[in-house]
Formats: sequence, C-alpha cells, structure tokens
Amino acid sequence: MKKLVVIGAGMASGRMLEHLFDADPAAYEVTLFNAEPRGNYNRLMLSPVLSGEKTYEEIVTHDEAWYADHKVTCRFGEKVTGIDRDRKVVIGEKGEVAYDKLVIATGSNPFIIPLPGHDLEGVIAYRDLEDTNRMIDLGAQPDAKAVVIGGGLLGLEAAAGLRLRGVDVTVVHIMGHLMERQLDEAAGYLLRKSLTEKGIKVMCKANSKEILGEDGKVRALLLDDGTELPCDLLVMAVGIRPSTALASEAGLAVGKGVHVDDQMVTSDADILSLGECVEHNGAIFGLVAPLYDQAKVLANTLLGKPDTFVNKEVSTKLKVTGCDLFSAGDFAEGETREDIVFRDPARGVYKRLVLEGNRIVGAVMYGDTADGAWFYSHIKDATDVAEMRDTLIFGPAFQGGGTADPLAAVAALPDDAEICGCNGVCKGTIVDAIKGGAGDLPSLKAQTKASGSCGTCTGLVEQLLELTLGDSYAAPAAQPICACCDLTHEDVRRLIKSKELKSQPAVWQELGWKTPNGCHVCRPAVNFYLLADWPLEYQDDLQSRFVNERKHANIQKDGTFSVMPRMWGGITTPDELRAIADAADKFKVPTVKVTGGQRIDLLGVKGEDLPAIWADLNRAGMVSGHAYSKGLRTVKTCVGTDHCRFGTQDSTGLGIKLEKLLWGSWTPHKVKLGVSGCPRNCAEATCKDVGIVCVDSGYQVGVAGAAGMDVKETERLADATTEEEAIELTTAFIQLYRENAKYLDRPYKWVAKVGLDWVKERVVDDLDSRRALVERFEISQSVYRKDPWADHVENERKRYAPLADLTLEAAE
Amino acid sequence: MSWIDIGSIEDIPLRGARVVKTPRGCIAVFRTGLQEAYAVSDTCPHKGGPLSDGIVHDRKVTCPLHNWVFSLETGQAQGADEGAIETFPLKVDGGRILLDGTSVGNKSAA
Repeated sequence: MKKLVVIGAGMASGRMLEHLFDADPAAYEVTLFNAEPRGNYNRLMLSPVLSGEKTYEEIVTHDEAWYADHKVTCRFGEKVTGIDRDRKVVIGEKGEVAYDKLVIATGSNPFIIPLPGHDLEGVIAYRDLEDTNRMIDLGAQPDAKAVVIGGGLLGLEAAAGLRLRGVDVTVVHIMGHLMERQLDEAAGYLLRKSLTEKGIKVMCKANSKEILGEDGKVRALLLDDGTELPCDLLVMAVGIRPSTALASEAGLAVGKGVHVDDQMVTSDADILSLGECVEHNGAIFGLVAPLYDQAKVLANTLLGKPDTFVNKEVSTKLKVTGCDLFSAGDFAEGETREDIVFRDPARGVYKRLVLEGNRIVGAVMYGDTADGAWFYSHIKDATDVAEMRDTLIFGPAFQGGGTADPLAAVAALPDDAEICGCNGVCKGTIVDAIKGGAGDLPSLKAQTKASGSCGTCTGLVEQLLELTLGDSYAAPAAQPICACCDLTHEDVRRLIKSKELKSQPAVWQELGWKTPNGCHVCRPAVNFYLLADWPLEYQDDLQSRFVNERKHANIQKDGTFSVMPRMWGGITTPDELRAIADAADKFKVPTVKVTGGQRIDLLGVKGEDLPAIWADLNRAGMVSGHAYSKGLRTVKTCVGTDHCRFGTQDSTGLGIKLEKLLWGSWTPHKVKLGVSGCPRNCAEATCKDVGIVCVDSGYQVGVAGAAGMDVKETERLADATTEEEAIELTTAFIQLYRENAKYLDRPYKWVAKVGLDWVKERVVDDLDSRRALVERFEISQSVYRKDPWADHVENERKRYAPLADLTLEAAE
Repeated sequence: MSWIDIGSIEDIPLRGARVVKTPRGCIAVFRTGLQEAYAVSDTCPHKGGPLSDGIVHDRKVTCPLHNWVFSLETGQAQGADEGAIETFPLKVDGGRILLDGTSVGNKSAA
C-alpha cells in the first residue's frame, strides 16, 4: 500500500479524503496532520455556533470513528516543521513520516493589519473554534463591547453573532459600503439598514489608526478622525492570506499561493496541494465551492484518473439570519454592459442583473433571493436570455409582463407616518377619512386639514387616495422630478424627512428609483435635500453637483472659469485689491469685471490653475464668494450712517454681520441679500430674496423679491426694532426656505406657493419656531460655514490637474 | 494595442472624471463603478463643453454647458440630440487604469 501524508485537516482535504476512500479504500495508507487539536469540522458553520444557533458538536464533519474506520493515522495538535523532498519525509514535532504522495492543505492565515497595538491581548481574528469561543465568552460578560474591523462576509457574521450574544458591537469598514466586493451600493445600503435595525453600529469610510490598550489589554480603537470606540475585544476580519510558509521552505514554486496545475500538482510531481493555500492560474480561493471541485480533482489525480480543475463563477450568501442577500458573478466591472434593476421599497427588495450581449454576467439581490439559484445557473451556463429579457428580472415563475407599483413607497409607510407636516396629519387619519367617504382632495382637506396649508404634501395625499380607492380615483397628473422616479420634488422632500432617508442609495431604493444612480436632474436635487435635512449625518457628494459647485468656480462658455472672492458687504481694502491685481497678472486673466453684487470677478481662468489662484487669494485673507452656488451669494449694502448724511442705521455693518453669518450655506436656489441704510434704497434691497431697509425706528425686513427673469418687489415679513431681531428673522426665513422649498425655486416662487402668511406663522409669530429654525441653521453651518477654496487647495488639489500627460512622452 | 498605465482607479472619484492630455487632444477618463472606467473625447461636439466636468450617471455623462447626454460605452448622444464622441480602448487591471496608446496617437508606444 502506498503512503499518503496530508498536512491540514480542513474542509478541502476532508472532502478529498472522502472522494479517495469512496473510490478506492485500499489505495493509500493515510497520515493526517493538523495543527488544531481536533479533526475536520465545517468552518463555514462557525457563525451559527457563535450566534448560538448550533453547537460545535453539530458542525463536526469527521469524528474519531470516521478516522478509525478508514484507518487514518491522526496526528492532531502537532505542527509540521518541515518537508524533506529528497528523502520524501514529512517532519513533525514528534517525528518523521515517509510519503509516496504528499498533499499540502495548510489553508490560510487571517490577515492582521499591523496597526500600533495589534499585538495587545484581546485583539483576535475570526478563523477557528478558539476565536469563536473567545467571542462567546465575551457575550457572558455584562455590558461587553466589541469592535469588528472589516465589513466583509466574515466581519459581518462575527458582528451579527456577537450582537446575538448581547454584545454592543460596532463594525468599522474602510470602504464606502459593506461587502463592496460582492454587493453594489444599493444592496450595501439595504444590508447596512437591516444590520442597524438589529442593533449593530456600522461605520463606513472609517480608517483605523491605532489600537489603544491598558495594562497590555485592548481598551479602544482610535480612528483617523479622532473617534475612540471603546471595546473589550477587537476582531480583525479584513481578509486572509494563503499559508505557504511550509511549501516555500521546501522549495516549491509559490506565488500568492502554492502554484498548482489543473491536476492540483505542485512544482514537485509527488506533492499536491488544494484549498485556500493554493494559487491556480493566478487565482486564489476563499469560498468553499471551488475547493470542493479541487478536492474531487485531487482525489482522481492520486488515483491516476484524468481530471481537470476549472475555476467557475461562484455565488455568495451571507449567513446572518434576517439579512437575505445573494451575489454572483461580476457586476461591477467591464465594458459594454447593461443593467436591469428592480426595486420594491414596500418589501425592501432590490435586484440587479448585469447583462453583456445576451448573457447574464452578474446578479445582486437583496430581500428576495428566491430566484438567485436560477440566475446563477444562467450565469454559469452563459444562457442566451434575449427571448426572455423583457421579463427576466421577475424570475422563472413570471414570464408574462407586469410592472413595479409606483405607489409602493407610500403603501410602505406605517399608519403613524406624518404626511401633512403643517397640520400634523398621519397616514392612518387620512386613510380612515377616505374609507369614511372623503373621496377627493377638497373633502379630505375639509375633514382632516391634510394638504390644506403649504400644499407640498398634495402628491402624497393623492397617492393615498389612489391607493385606498384603487381605480375609481383619477389623480390629476403630477410632474415627477425626472424619468428616474415617479415622485415629485415635494414628495421626495417629505419622504426623505418622514422615512428618515439619510443617503442617496437610501433614497434610490426606498423611493423606487428606476435607474442605478439617478441622472443630472435628480442627483443635485436629492443631494441638496439630504444635506439640508441631515446636515450632520449626510456627507455632501461632490459628484452629484453641477460643475460650478463641484469646482467652486463658474464655468464659462469656452470651458474656462471665473473666480470671485468674497467682499464682505461690498467692503474691500487696498491690500485685497493689490492681491487681486497680482493674481490677475500672474494667471493672465483676460477680463476683470466689477459685478452687480459689489465685488470683482476674474474671468477666463483655466481649470487647472484654480487651486493656485485660490491659494494666492487665500494668502491675502480672501475666501470664496460662492458666486457659483445655489447658496448665499452676496449682501449688497450702502454706506449707511458711516458716511451718508441720510443714513439711519449702520447698513454696511449689518450687511457684513449677515454675510459672515450666512456664508457657505446651501439653499434650493441662489440667495441674494441687500441692506439699505434709508428708504432711498441705494442697495436696491427691495428686489432681493431678503432685503432690509433701515428706518429711524429700526429695520423693515422684506422677502421674496426678484430682479431676474421676473421682477418683483419684496413683501414685508416683519419690522424689527433691533439689529439682532432683523438678523434672527432673516436667518429663520432662509432656514425655512432651505427645509421646504423645491430645488431650483427661488424664494419668491416658493413663497408664492406656500403663501406669506404660512411663512409669517413660522418665522414671525411663533417665537419658539423661529428660534428652532435659527438653531437648525446653526447646526448646518457648523459643517458648511468654511472656505471651500482653502479646503480644495489642501485636500482636492490633484483633481484639478490632468491624470496623465501623454503629450510629454510623445515629444521625447 | 499598446496599454499605457495612466494611474490608479482610486485617483478618480466614483462617478467623477479626470483629464488625460494626449497628442490627439484631451481625453476624459470616467469612473462609473468601483473598478470600472471609460475613456472618451473630453470635447462635446455641440459647443465644445468639457465633458470631464459633467455629472456622471449610470454609464453616461451630461455635458455641463447644455445638458447633452452621451453614452460612455458607445459615444452616442442620447435622446433627441444627434452626435457622437470618440471612445478609446481602456481597461482596469488590478486597480490600474490602462489606456491604449496607439489609438490616442502616442508615438513612443506605437
């Protein structure tokens, strides 16, 4: 009988031995080494063991009796220290064993990021039963806290298991969304949502800096941004590396893993290898399906039967109860591909198929993965799907048409969701009234007051009518934002608030977007709504902004830009003027223009020069004038009591105060202010979005003026007796506009829709409401009141330069 | 084809673009996915707008000047507009962006 030695009793070698004994039990006399003091168990099932859904005994695949039956000499708990290929012996800690054939199945090692403190007690990987038991023990401690670094499969399973054991868990992930290798943003969002609902904290785009310890034991994880996450246990689940030390010491060919051919033979004809330690055609392996294929091939090779290993597409499922996701194939990369996307917000379902030609090459599904296997089989078989393309996304059971329900988002709202914010009317109240006979909008308004004030919830109320009455209700057609969705701006704004949607993927998914990531019409609007409603939680997305706001300069018709520094209240100094003149010279600015907003515009600056000219202007103390933004532009002033013989108040001073308070804020459309020192109105305040006219007795605050496509005089919001009051009224008005207006409606258009009385109620009459508005504005400004030029000079400079310049190479 | 390494995919923001200067003029390289990029002419055939400054959505870009929308895969203008931009062979390999030097007129690569 020939002698076979196997190093490593894992899932791959275990499956290989099963094949071998099934085919020919008498072919080899087997010795099995394992560094862990036990035989083969189903490592994939460690997560159910951690969560308490299974015991270790239930996941053992080969017990003592099995090894005895097949006469395997087990040397468990003994490490192999070397392989002597000349003498054909394996050297174990307790002695040598001779082999005719040797199988290396040493698997992989968890990758430990070499952060400062990674060797502290309490920093573990998630790889074997020992790690699992450490986590289970932690669950027995009261108030235990854990941090998991890594938002991939393993990290999330560890986090979910710890949570079920009662541990307070935070997952720290460096990428923008969870499981980025298997999922796209939308599915990543849904996964994050269900994990958060389970009480797991998730931090994406979070960079670990240092593991902090106390008495040699882990105490907390410190992130780049200074956040400290206290923990009793830190689990690092950031990936695995093939374990190749033994093979390379023996002089075998090793790259990322131990090199094997299609028959699983290494560079030595008598040594074979399989599992997570091998590299085959440049690929390494982490999922079990290809390992089982390798096991079959390797067993056949040992028996002298021809067989060939082919690396097939694999599919992924996450083993966290209640998180139903499926991912297969290649969905993020490649050219000439098309997407078919299906979203059902009511059921939390997302499905995306990626097609190339007439074949499915990738599939991502969340919430309803029943058809996963069917799509997966089409990916593997490269089925031509041209015939069933129209209904493909509905799966095998549904090949006859049918469309997603545009009312699903509203249907999914709970009964206590507030529909009409002005009058505090919930969905349940409205639905009850409809069932009680209120069959149209006017009667609903009369009965419930819903949509009776500002009217922005009209679309939602109409959808509730449609939903409750079905076909018998004929809704007047409302204009959706764009072809990406069925909802109006007002609907989207209200749903972002009532459903607490705090990211773009959340909006796309929950509100049933029909495109993967919106378009140039909806993306800037949604980006604004999110940052206006959730200033602290939502991160402004530059790529969802029009070029002017992305590059903080105005694009001109020839592709150059205009640069306009801020001049607070229209006041400048000789030093500032000199710096502007120097910049104009240095960057060969073709046109220097004085604007209507009392500042100086440098026109014709090349895009790649922008950071350099900003840096020069910054050095002279100037900041961005936001002349390009849907935000606070200028505060135009007259000289007021400082110089003018008619001036009644310090209009220049008030203008500067307002501008310093309001600058940097984003608004639905541009906002221009004016402060005139007397009713002669030299600052033209009465045609501004907010215009203040000073009088002897105080300040007349007017709003909703216009001097563009429409010309309109301001309407009086209120008279203020003090400067502080005038500032507070202005701030509250702008915040109310930020929170409620449709994107690209100037204040005068918005006020015309909601009515000045509605605005006055909130800004003038109700002092609590006014203060709350000012407070919310300040919260937002804590994020946005800063100079974007300085920020881009410091952090984004390279975006303005070419990625590469191939003209230089050609000239050489 | 002669592949030239022009940079890392991470150098372009997701749904953003960067310019590459070539003997055949400026080319815009768009990042449409984590590991997905396209190279097309940076110049809109309508009024010459810089497409690299446009908003990227799906595998399309909208010109910042007058909102023409182009497919980055085919170069064709979408919707009612008629026209096309040139596309250039590009691939992403191991996080690096490789542009075909021959098609952009790079003599040292040809």
